Amino acid sequence: MSQMSENKGRTMENYTVPDAPFRPGDKADFGQKWKEQPSDLDRPDPVESSALDTEKHAHGLIRVLGDDNTASGEWDPKLDANELIRGLEMMMRLRIFDDRMIKMQRTGKLSFYMRSLGEEAVAIAQTMALDEKDWVFPSYRQPGAQFVRGRDMVSMICHCIGNTEDNIRGRQMPVHYSWKEGHFISISSPVGTQFSQAVGVAMASAYKGEDQATITWLGDGTSAQGDFHYGLNFASVFKPPVILNVVNNQWAISTHKNLATGGSNFAARGLAYDIPSLRVDGNDFLALYSVTKWARERARAGKGATYIEVYTYRAGAHSSSDDPTRYRPGDEFKCWPGGDPVDRLKDHLIKIGAWSEDKNIELTEKIDSEVIAAYKEACTFGDLANGPFPPSSTIFTEVYEEVPWHIQEQREELGK
Amino acid sequence: MKEMNMIESLNSALDNMLEKHDNVVIFGEDVGYFGGVFRVTDGLQEKHGLQRVFDAPLAEGGIAAIAFGMGLNGLRPIAEIQFADYIFPAYDQIVNEIAKIRHRSGGEFSTPLTIRTPAGGGIKGGHHHSQSPESQFTHTPGLKVVYCSNPNNAKGLLTSAIESNDPVIFFEPKRCYRGPFYGDPHNVPTWKGHPKAEVPDGYYSIPLEKAEVILQGNSCTVIAWGAMVHVAEQGIRDSGVDAELIDLQTLLPWDRDTVVNSVKKTGRCVIVHEAPKTSGFGAEMSASIQERCFWHLESPIIRVTGWDTPFPHTTEWDYLPSPARIAEAIKKTQEA
Repeated sequence: MSQMSENKGRTMENYTVPDAPFRPGDKADFGQKWKEQPSDLDRPDPVESSALDTEKHAHGLIRVLGDDNTASGEWDPKLDANELIRGLEMMMRLRIFDDRMIKMQRTGKLSFYMRSLGEEAVAIAQTMALDEKDWVFPSYRQPGAQFVRGRDMVSMICHCIGNTEDNIRGRQMPVHYSWKEGHFISISSPVGTQFSQAVGVAMASAYKGEDQATITWLGDGTSAQGDFHYGLNFASVFKPPVILNVVNNQWAISTHKNLATGGSNFAARGLAYDIPSLRVDGNDFLALYSVTKWARERARAGKGATYIEVYTYRAGAHSSSDDPTRYRPGDEFKCWPGGDPVDRLKDHLIKIGAWSEDKNIELTEKIDSEVIAAYKEACTFGDLANGPFPPSSTIFTEVYEEVPWHIQEQREELGK
Repeated sequence: MKEMNMIESLNSALDNMLEKHDNVVIFGEDVGYFGGVFRVTDGLQEKHGLQRVFDAPLAEGGIAAIAFGMGLNGLRPIAEIQFADYIFPAYDQIVNEIAKIRHRSGGEFSTPLTIRTPAGGGIKGGHHHSQSPESQFTHTPGLKVVYCSNPNNAKGLLTSAIESNDPVIFFEPKRCYRGPFYGDPHNVPTWKGHPKAEVPDGYYSIPLEKAEVILQGNSCTVIAWGAMVHVAEQGIRDSGVDAELIDLQTLLPWDRDTVVNSVKKTGRCVIVHEAPKTSGFGAEMSASIQERCFWHLESPIIRVTGWDTPFPHTTEWDYLPSPARIAEAIKKTQEA
């Protein structure tokens, strides 16, 4: 007890402990609109650009969709309206799917859920900008990538409710999707591990001489993990075809991004690793698509990694176990200048005459009925509240390629 | 005395320690403003200030290293690792640095810190919110390893852990935060009315390295820790055998005398833990018990444990040791 002292009280602050800008009861104020405009930033040649050429892109904010809902600037990907409608449809599908899963979670049909609310554009726009065979190393808020690759909703729901048709046999919590056919790696709860793994996957693609890129995401909070720095440094050294994204959605459960960095910018960190680095409005579907295409072009040309800060806001709770009204203003998302990514793309499509409110309502109803049909079909194979579950023998299989004697003995001991 | 659940008693221990020692600081992911994802640090930042209770960046390796440094330089840090499954980025700092600094510096330096971490299954947490990795730390000289099981010993043991001049890994069975767990997921009792929910409001410590005999008996010694103490209690009731139940409480160094004396009395022994069997702490205990009790044993020592597989999600009740498996093992010891 020699090192102990009785409490004498503290009078001075010795180190800085950052706080969030707004807490419950505060009026959140991020400014009405972004200061940055779509015309601000040039689109440098992806193949010729060095990290230094992206300095202002890392410190600025790449936008395409303006406040008037038009698309402009050098980063406009000039996507066909049908492609944009496809993107809108998938974002709407993801939101409706998430709402249905949350309802099911509340009835006990699944144990837990995480929505992508407010971040639907991220995985969907970025995956659309990739090649079909590119690897996807997501965090838990990019399940939308599976829609782009055409995964069947019934299969996704079967995983979430852990029934007999769950392709990962009820082994992981909901939202921890795995889908080999879609080059979508099994999601792991320990945050950030995928980020550096993705660099290894990309090195293997480069080794094999294949034109296959890998995309990965982690959150602002997770960027504090060692894996973030491992990933950036290996990518900087070996220059494999990888697209490294930090989704800065301001919050990691209750931890504000002010705790993840002493600065205010995540994109500029990539410059110190000598990796071309971009900062993009994460609620701007077109800008997200465009920066990812740029990164993919660099990968195809053998120019190595691109690092992107996706600037957005986590509109929902961290998960079904979280209550964000305990640590942030309940209406903070409504004050976010980036707005709602789904509404912004819809408004743009209406602006260019390719869409209407009526069509939107019609599509919403169509998706809604498809999601309900998918969930009803999935429930015929069981759910967490009522079973049936994958048989308990699946506890023992696929631990190794073949079941060793000691695990075989334990399986027989369980007798199921 | 006051009736508390385990979250309240842990909170009370932390509050007492912050009041008593001005070199105590608490940090970890979501522990500050929010008060922890399980609410264990609720209200402590508001009461004791940002300097003493604060949120850490999401980096378990960093959290352990910062605790190492603070402890080395006169503070008494209490770090929370949000789930024991997430402790592994901190493993290098814990195993190679925190555990060894006293020895490798010839006693010149030491770092009195506590790492609190919720562990164990029973909450539908799947692979990464359910593991019980105590044996990955009991294999590390220089650490003390504690596993509380009820509100009373949670407070008493945590106080001793914080006041220990050695680093302590403190496991909290998250399934028992709000009530004991008797192995039946459909029966969810609270701590209300449980004798171990009676907790002193003020300063309260229980010495480390001491086990507690929960049930006296003469026909079999059953040893458990964490949530398995309550499951084992149910297993003993179901077996109808006059068994003695020992809550080990501290795993490293463990209370060998209490265990050995009990096994010499009963001649039979069952060890229960939820971690996998192979290289689990039950293996160490079983070996030590037979070294000292061989001529007293009437039947082989049996381990009832989690399987040698990753922890499952939907089928967790078939993974965790059940009262039925424990009762069967106890009865089997009586056959010889």
